[in-house]
Amino acid sequence: MISLTHLQRLEAESIHIMREVVAETEKPVMLYSIGKDSAVMLHLARKAFHPAPPPFPLLHVDTTWKFREMYAMRERTAREAGMELLVYRNPEALALGINPFTHGAAVHTDMWKTQGLKNALDEYGFDAAFGGARRDEEKSRAKERVFSFRTSRHHWDPKNQRPELWNLYNARKHQGESVRVFPLSNWTELDIWQYIHIEKVPIVSLYLAAERPVVERNGVLIMVDDERMPLAPGERPAMRRVRFRTLGCYPLTGAVESTADTLPAVIREMVLSRTSERQGRVIDHDASASMEKKKQEGYF
Amino acid sequence: MDRINDQASIDAAASRNWSAAKGLLRFITCGSVDDGKSSLIGRLLFESKALFEDQLAVLADESKRIGTTGGDLDFALLLDGLAAEREQGITIDVAYRFFATERRKFIVADTPGHEQYTRNMVTGASTADAAVILVDARKGVLTQTRRHSYLVSLLGIRHIAVAVNKMDLVGYSAERFGEIQRDFAGFAERIGLADVVFLPISAVNGDNITAVSANTPWFRGPTLIDYLETVEVDDDRMQRAPLRLPVQWVNRPNLDFRGFAGQLASGVLKRGDRIQVNPAGTQSTIRRIVTSDGDLDEAVAGQSVTVTLSEEIDVSRGDVLSHADAPPAASDQFEAAVVWLGDQPLLPGRSYLMKIGAKTATASIMPLKYKINVNTLEHLAAPRLESNEIGVCGLELDRTVAFDAYSENRATGAFILIDRINNNTVGAGMLRFALRRSQNVHWQALDVNKAARAGLHGHSPCVLWFTGLSGAGKSTIANLVEKRLHALGLHTYLLDGDNVRHGLNRDLGFTDADRVENIRRVAEVAKLMVDAGLIVLVSFISPFRNERRMARALVGDGEFLEVYVDTPLAVAEGRDVKGLYKKARDGQLKNFTGIDSPYEAPENPEIRIDTTRVDAPAAAVEILETLGRRGIIAAG
Repeated sequence: MISLTHLQRLEAESIHIMREVVAETEKPVMLYSIGKDSAVMLHLARKAFHPAPPPFPLLHVDTTWKFREMYAMRERTAREAGMELLVYRNPEALALGINPFTHGAAVHTDMWKTQGLKNALDEYGFDAAFGGARRDEEKSRAKERVFSFRTSRHHWDPKNQRPELWNLYNARKHQGESVRVFPLSNWTELDIWQYIHIEKVPIVSLYLAAERPVVERNGVLIMVDDERMPLAPGERPAMRRVRFRTLGCYPLTGAVESTADTLPAVIREMVLSRTSERQGRVIDHDASASMEKKKQEGYF
Repeated sequence: MDRINDQASIDAAASRNWSAAKGLLRFITCGSVDDGKSSLIGRLLFESKALFEDQLAVLADESKRIGTTGGDLDFALLLDGLAAEREQGITIDVAYRFFATERRKFIVADTPGHEQYTRNMVTGASTADAAVILVDARKGVLTQTRRHSYLVSLLGIRHIAVAVNKMDLVGYSAERFGEIQRDFAGFAERIGLADVVFLPISAVNGDNITAVSANTPWFRGPTLIDYLETVEVDDDRMQRAPLRLPVQWVNRPNLDFRGFAGQLASGVLKRGDRIQVNPAGTQSTIRRIVTSDGDLDEAVAGQSVTVTLSEEIDVSRGDVLSHADAPPAASDQFEAAVVWLGDQPLLPGRSYLMKIGAKTATASIMPLKYKINVNTLEHLAAPRLESNEIGVCGLELDRTVAFDAYSENRATGAFILIDRINNNTVGAGMLRFALRRSQNVHWQALDVNKAARAGLHGHSPCVLWFTGLSGAGKSTIANLVEKRLHALGLHTYLLDGDNVRHGLNRDLGFTDADRVENIRRVAEVAKLMVDAGLIVLVSFISPFRNERRMARALVGDGEFLEVYVDTPLAVAEGRDVKGLYKKARDGQLKNFTGIDSPYEAPENPEIRIDTTRVDAPAAAVEILETLGRRGIIAAG
């Protein structure tokens, strides 16, 4: 008897989910954020449909404030996977010049990400969108289904979720409704790292420790990734050995001091770390019900 | 809580836990309200160091503010994810939690103990390899404990740990533990739970969770973690079962490659194996097991694979591949246990979509054999199933599907029922066996058939199905249409709602269930009349889309014309020819369509008559013209 490892079983489950979506929806898309979870999700999609390329495009809902290295990675990845890459920048946010410094994290996230995602899905007419969210990330995620339905206005109703039994996913929906699908629901942060290590999944090097220019604000280390970062009088970027546990917009993503410059070192550090990955995300620092609220409004 | 200060031992334990080569166990925790489920899961997360410092800090803060443990860490708060639940202070949904030890990763479904949420527990149990049933040592085995145990057995979970919790509150009494053990064991045997282990624990104090407690010297183990690390995982057991590979997706990137993708439900698949496609019964040989990491020689239960075949045969999504010498059963009529999850009741006679494996079929529900009182296990006669009820009934499908009994194979014996109107998942079912009736009652192949009769009549048969509110004008228009058809020398019959209710359907009332049965009988009669070559006019309120769709499905394509007699409620009520609306408004008539019972208007009727614009004679002309255009009667 061959006993499958937990990673093999997680992999098989994710592949099963992806194939169901392709078989049962009309126009699926994979949201690609260039982060580690996206990288694993894309890797699994390539496995699910091998030898064909995944039969859906990648969609990056861009905020124009990602790390430069992430943009380079995005182009390379889509090319290698043989998939179409769609980049959507919310025209309204672009016209208003929304940025995290003048408008604050909440408005920035809402305009670029929440509204941007809704607009993009409507504009392209996608009826199913894969997202890389995991249930271990946050309390309200722990109860979200793998197939999470949205009204035609992209609202999530946590009290009216379809029961999900066995591996029998019900993907049926009315015209105009859409479904967000989370194939990594049952993965943990540690599973993701182990899988990246074992499967040699390409990720941006920002996850590994290196000397980087950072400033410290409210106890959070922010990397000065380009010249758009306004510095306070007397504020000087200092070179510190840091890495990122999670990646978003660079002004909203806190770095951690670290010497872990290899994957095994990152995993060891992760196992021994005392804080959860979302602590590095400035947008999550509100009350603990805030993620649920964001999701009801259409944030992934 | 002193353990958390022992930094070195925590670090060492944590490091051991990151091995990539460990197993995966899914389990559920269940028990009555206040038995300490959330505390137990919180304890497991804490002991396995799945909690981070910032989460602990938030937890400590919340425990002080809204906790129920007098300021100590209240692990229950960790698990109540949704804001609405936190306000009510009760878990109302399934939450999934993760932790890992050296040997295994665990996925825990935390399922609520509250009475009306059977569906959540069934959801959590459907994917579980094992169940931890909590019993409060002070209260013993309660009604809810029995109910949860029954559901665990119904959902086919083979391994059960009964965690007798709050042992600290009964002075770690071996006698009390023994009492509960004897009490539960008797019940377990009755419901067919074979592998039951009893553990005396305290979730709050950590007794017998990771280490055998000094407080229970009379107990030799295993600890809860020992148990969870060693109990058998379903996928491993299912490797010994016959091969089943439900085909999810046909992968056809180019003309040279045709692969069949799916997740192995059971068994072991090897290259060169002789396989059968079910239910078709055709056979071929496995040529390759394709993965992006190279071809495999064999694959086992649980793996997602893509296979190619040596001899090209027809295989589509929903088919089940098996070994040629051990195929699954195939049928279109089953007996099944159904757990009802929908807000609207399950009505026999109504049809639902049924998803089994990767196959979706239409299933009509036959009358319930009985429903089960989950507290007493009594079988009760019932006309319908309400939300959270469990019953046994027959299902009749529109096609043949491959299946195994759920007790043999959860993956090929489980199904969900989907409401065709609102698309919700409304039922969960477990197939028991095929009803042999479909094989015993063979269809008589008759020489004089529908086409032969139509030739003799000089017109095609069809159903003109008039639907609309009471007093909309259905019967008036239908009557006129029949008179004109008759004048043309055509063969017709008019089935009128009121008339049929005086005879064939005399036993039926106006509840939703009776309305469904009323329409089912009329639809079957109409079908026989179409078969006899008649133009059948059916004039029934028929308020539900589902039943009209069922009637449509009974006859051939193009033989069913839905005539929506569209009269606004206010107009119909204004006419009130029979004085029924007044009675309904006065409360003398219950379940009256449009007043206290819904009318679901047709979405795409073949003919729509707006009676505020068109009078009955003009409507009749329009209907005859439509019949002419469709070639059912001679045009003009």
